[in-house]
Amino acid sequence: MEPFIIHKGKVAGLDRANVDTDQIIPKQFLKRIERTGFGQFLFYDWRYLPDGTPNPHFELNRPENEGATILVANENFGCGSSREHAPWALADYGFRAVIAPSFADIFYNNCLKNSLLPIKLPKEDVVYLLKQAERPDYELTISLEQQVVFDDEGFTSAFDIDPYRKQLLLKGWDEIDLTFVYEPYIIAYEKARS
Amino acid sequence: MAPKTIIEKIWDEHVVYREDGKPDLLYIDLHLVHEVTSPQAFEGLRQKGRKVRRPDLTFATMDHNVPTVNRFVIEDEVARNQMTALERNCHEFGVPLADLNSPEQGIVHVIGPELGLTQPGKTIVCGDSHTSTHGAFGALAFGIGTSEVEHVLATQTLWQHRPKTMQVNVTGALAPGVSAKDVILAIIGKFGVDFGTGYVLEFTGDVIRRLSMEERMTICNMSIEAGARAGLIAPDDVTFAYLRGRKYAPKGEAFEQAVEKWKQLCTDEGAVYDRVVHIDGNEIAPTVTWGTTPAMSSPIDGTVPHPEEFATETERKAAQLALQYMGLKPGIKMTDIAIQHVFIGSCTNSRISDLREAARIVKGKKVAPGVRALVVPGSQQVKKQAEEEGIAQIFIDAGFEWRDSGCSMCLGMNPDTVPAGEHCASTSNRNFEGRQGKGARTHLVSPAMAAAAAIYGHFVDVRTLYKEAVR
Ligand code: SF4
Repeated sequence: MEPFIIHKGKVAGLDRANVDTDQIIPKQFLKRIERTGFGQFLFYDWRYLPDGTPNPHFELNRPENEGATILVANENFGCGSSREHAPWALADYGFRAVIAPSFADIFYNNCLKNSLLPIKLPKEDVVYLLKQAERPDYELTISLEQQVVFDDEGFTSAFDIDPYRKQLLLKGWDEIDLTFVYEPYIIAYEKARS
Repeated sequence: MAPKTIIEKIWDEHVVYREDGKPDLLYIDLHLVHEVTSPQAFEGLRQKGRKVRRPDLTFATMDHNVPTVNRFVIEDEVARNQMTALERNCHEFGVPLADLNSPEQGIVHVIGPELGLTQPGKTIVCGDSHTSTHGAFGALAFGIGTSEVEHVLATQTLWQHRPKTMQVNVTGALAPGVSAKDVILAIIGKFGVDFGTGYVLEFTGDVIRRLSMEERMTICNMSIEAGARAGLIAPDDVTFAYLRGRKYAPKGEAFEQAVEKWKQLCTDEGAVYDRVVHIDGNEIAPTVTWGTTPAMSSPIDGTVPHPEEFATETERKAAQLALQYMGLKPGIKMTDIAIQHVFIGSCTNSRISDLREAARIVKGKKVAPGVRALVVPGSQQVKKQAEEEGIAQIFIDAGFEWRDSGCSMCLGMNPDTVPAGEHCASTSNRNFEGRQGKGARTHLVSPAMAAAAAIYGHFVDVRTLYKEAVR
């Protein structure tokens, strides 16, 4: 996994609640057997018109959002299907972090496994960021080490993250390798139960 | 010892390793696998030269992509690749697989219980959010992502934070014609699509106790639609009777011993939940969704709401977008919504009792002109049983299409989809935009409500039909 330490980037806003993973990556693109190449299909049904041309009204198609690496959205982001293709698509498109007032559990976990940082911020901060994101040049900095999000104009907001997950992200460690360190406990557990 | 909830009991039984500042390392008793979320996990193992630690605790099937007519002719090459990949992976790693030739094939959440793999007290995972279904047996069952699938394949464990617990108490009694589907839609309608986030739900109360195993599965299945990764129901005689004699359930003396152990799986007197919510079963009506989340629903005798009725700006905006997508005018009666498609199937409502319920309504009637109606049994076993009981014939005589088992129109990964702009009465669990096909307009309902919509071409209150049927 690629480590996540600090990231500065352009912000795109998606002012919608309950964005589900069917929207993030529609089912017709789940048939690939690789982890890569999903970015082109991100938000497909919103992003493209029926004739295949970009939908000019969709948030991410606005010129001011081009090149954004931080996505700000509303409540319950990533609900629905467990498909990890959703964070794969977001990461492949170029996002390094998603900021929202709340996330669905499975999606949140899936992001952490892919070095896509899900950040829960208070609603009022999200409202502020959605407003700022309408500007073409608005940037945020995210420090995972400090657990804080800030801009160059005085906005700053702290976020929580599980210390174990934080370590893995900072170091870019493979979780399975790490779990193998505990194999003696797994063996003992299996013995005790059989 | 301090009193515990059933959730805490199962959790504590499965902790392999615990340390402050870390999630618990949790042992997994059963890992179910399907073709869509597993290829990248097996590929990960291969790249690192890892094995599947416990193929004997792993079970695979194919369901999402399978065609439900001519199942051996898969025209979509990418879909075919995905199924071939699963066959190859199961073969290479020694994982048992119910493939298209198997009489045991079906939707993963239908066959687990059917085969007796799902048992009380187990920890069960699958790369699928509706794994919560298996909680109906008093198991702790939750959906995981593909990285977690790989982790479980390699280690048979997961690092997990202890969840918060919530009691969802459903008291009273249900009117005839009101089903488990209506109960869970009413719960989500009342408390919202994310009230369960971070919690495991335990469903309790008189209504729940009287439900069959199939109905309990319908309720637990949709826990994820309330944001909860898992929902469960403490096992009782209904559970034990269902499991007796199932292929992978313990046999003979071992079964009786297992039952004694399973009986301990209940929430102790005095145990404290982190949150308790309540709903009165007497007040639940057959429920139909009008929007694009499972919480956007109305009782059948109600109307499509006006966006202004909602409390917050976010909700008003969401309702507006949803009504626009659904092509519905605020204020119209739910019974005035015309239907062009009917789908009876999915891991929520495709079991034998669901089909029986729908067949009761359909018997001797005809599908309305202009309506295309599909029945897709949850598994090949359900299909066979329905054919033996004569239920299949009832559907066929009425003009329904009778299909092979699979996920089908629940998500339309196979060729079964709803065309843009058309309305579908569906017994599935998600009415998200585009779920059943780009631009498709899904209304979630119970099997009886879907059957009635097929006959009348619009929604009807099945409570009135039940009165007729009973007399
Ligand atoms: S039937 Fe639908 S919800 Fe259930 S596993 Fe299949 S696709 Fe998922």
